Amino acid sequence: MRVGPGAYLLLSAILFAIGVAGVLIRRNAIVVFMCIELMLNAVNLSFITFAKTNGSLDGQVLAFFVMVVAAAEVVVGLGILVAIFRKRSSTSVDDVNLLKG
Amino acid sequence: MLFGQRLRALAGWIATLAVAAAFVIAVAALLELLSHSGEERTQVLRGYEWITSGDLRVAFDLRWDPLSALMALIVTGVSSLIHLYSIGYMEHDERRETFFSWLNLFVASMLVLVLAQNFLVMFLGWEGVGLCSYLLVGFWFNRRLLVVNPLGRLVEGEPDDTREVWAPPAAKKAFLANRIGDVGFLLAMFLIFATTGSLDFNVVFGEASTLAAGTATAIALLLFLACTGKSAQFPLYVWLPDAMAGPTPVSALIHAATMVTAGVFLVARTHTIFEASGTAQTVVVLVGAGTALLGALIAIGQDDIKKILAYSTISQLGYMFIGVGLGPIGYAAGMFHLVTHAFFKAQLFLGAGSVMHGNDEDTDIKHFGGLRSAMPITFWTTMAAWAAIIGVPLTAGFYSKDQVLAALFEHGGIGRLVWVVGVLTAGLTAFYMSRYVFLTFFGERRWPEGRHPHESPPLMTLPLIVLAVLALVAGFALSTFTGEGGRLQQFLEPVLGAPEEHESLAAAFWLSAAATVMAATGATGAWLLYGRRVDWMALRRRYAGAWRPLAEKLYVDQVYEFFTVTLGGALAAFLARTVDQRGIDGAVNGVAELVGDAARSGRRLQSGLVRSYALGVLGGAVLIVAFLVFRP
Repeated sequence: MRVGPGAYLLLSAILFAIGVAGVLIRRNAIVVFMCIELMLNAVNLSFITFAKTNGSLDGQVLAFFVMVVAAAEVVVGLGILVAIFRKRSSTSVDDVNLLKG
Repeated sequence: MLFGQRLRALAGWIATLAVAAAFVIAVAALLELLSHSGEERTQVLRGYEWITSGDLRVAFDLRWDPLSALMALIVTGVSSLIHLYSIGYMEHDERRETFFSWLNLFVASMLVLVLAQNFLVMFLGWEGVGLCSYLLVGFWFNRRLLVVNPLGRLVEGEPDDTREVWAPPAAKKAFLANRIGDVGFLLAMFLIFATTGSLDFNVVFGEASTLAAGTATAIALLLFLACTGKSAQFPLYVWLPDAMAGPTPVSALIHAATMVTAGVFLVARTHTIFEASGTAQTVVVLVGAGTALLGALIAIGQDDIKKILAYSTISQLGYMFIGVGLGPIGYAAGMFHLVTHAFFKAQLFLGAGSVMHGNDEDTDIKHFGGLRSAMPITFWTTMAAWAAIIGVPLTAGFYSKDQVLAALFEHGGIGRLVWVVGVLTAGLTAFYMSRYVFLTFFGERRWPEGRHPHESPPLMTLPLIVLAVLALVAGFALSTFTGEGGRLQQFLEPVLGAPEEHESLAAAFWLSAAATVMAATGATGAWLLYGRRVDWMALRRRYAGAWRPLAEKLYVDQVYEFFTVTLGGALAAFLARTVDQRGIDGAVNGVAELVGDAARSGRRLQSGLVRSYALGVLGGAVLIVAFLVFRP
């Protein structure tokens, strides 16, 4: 059975939606990060799909870029997270509201 | 510095010689001028380019024509005498070198004014004399004078009410009133430049007849506003009586003989502009007549000898404006009255100064009486000037005032009405001047115990004698009885134009007779009241209702105070409290509060909840995507 690009895109959309929901709903910062990664990789999946469909390498190149940037982002984000945890013994994003106006 | 102290003592002589030298030069230049024929008597001395800015080109040009020459001679001649007098009068003043330098600066400014060939150079002199007037009125800025209530007691006992008068407010008043007039001069200059593109007299006067009627009227009236300030005409005359706080030679020089005549000179100089506007000429005549009458009325009620003379000056300046406002038939008459007035009023002021000098600086007429024998020279010279100002036949004032009145009568129309005012004023003039001499020189002695009135030194009496002689003979020398082709008129004709027709001898005789009878009536009235042994202080108290308004200067100062201090203060308070505090401050504070309110509602968006921000990002992304997808 041949799986068409539509299925890949659907999967990508579902993964992205799960990620969005996770970011909006979950309080745990680590889970929020994971959800962001999920969204990024959902987008990667659609890039690859379009690259395959159009026979162009642009999408694949972009996917690699996204991975590299995401890795760097995770490093920085986790660093901040560890620092906050040391200070407050909590990883809940709702506790971090120092910039409240 | 080496000669500082010695020069200080000589300051008066240096100043006097400088002005006398100017007089000699003026005479020489006049003789040179007379050697030319009538048409060539306007000479322009081209100076350097003074100001060049765009289209505006102003050169420091000077003009020497019969009118300038006449004024220059009066200014330098009378000034020389007054300088000489001042040497004696200011002998004991600590700051006399300052006094003389300012006096000289004044003469210089006045000469610039009368010799100018364009409006800006004239304005330079115009402002210069205004400044010198301010400086000299306030010269005794630390000396306080007490003025006794007009209904107060004579000499004995304490005065029941005294008012303090001192120089700084008087100087400021003079300056401010002059500034108001100067605004008129400036605006007139702007208008002249805007319409003719030049400020040079030759150019402007050449184009004066082509001006639109409205423009000509506006320029003429603005110039006349300047005249009312400088020449103390209604409504800006109020500074002149107060200016008497200055030293008496200043009153004589600036506020009688020279500076105040600048306005009359300005009208005569710019007569082509005034001729282009009948309205402006009528205004000049009416204001002159009104001021003449007003000044004469107020002069009756004054007790301060210098104030009497000040109001007299205002009144006489009114005559001059009547003359120059009439057009060609009156120019020579107005200028003639200016000349004779310079002589007799300078004498009267210097005589008053001499009286003050011999009476411990007292100016209250109630404290004199019987000075005739104590100060014979002052007395006789003052009597000569008195004869001239009230118009005793064959004296100077008789000729000049009659010429003004005759021109007025001949002008016809509204002139006849104004003629009645003029004759009435002549009668009032005779009354108040006679009151002045009777109360000062005749009758019983009213001066306080311990005062020894004495004649002034020769340095002061010499100018008095010269001026008295001039006051007697100047009219005879410069005119003929009928005013027909008088010497002065012939002399001025190249500049001011010839009158169209001359009145007949018989009419002139009757006009003169009417004015003379009126003057005799006034003088007789004064003699009945003040010359005989009538208790005029009792009369004054009995008819206080009639006397008060005259003594209070017809309440003009109070009206001014009402408009400037009371109404002006109310306006300022309204602007400060309502407009500024509520309006402007309200607007500023309102804007601030608006911004603050917006910020207060805006800060609620900044919740600090990361997930709500994420929701915002999502919402924005959805909107953008929706826009991209559903874009038509």
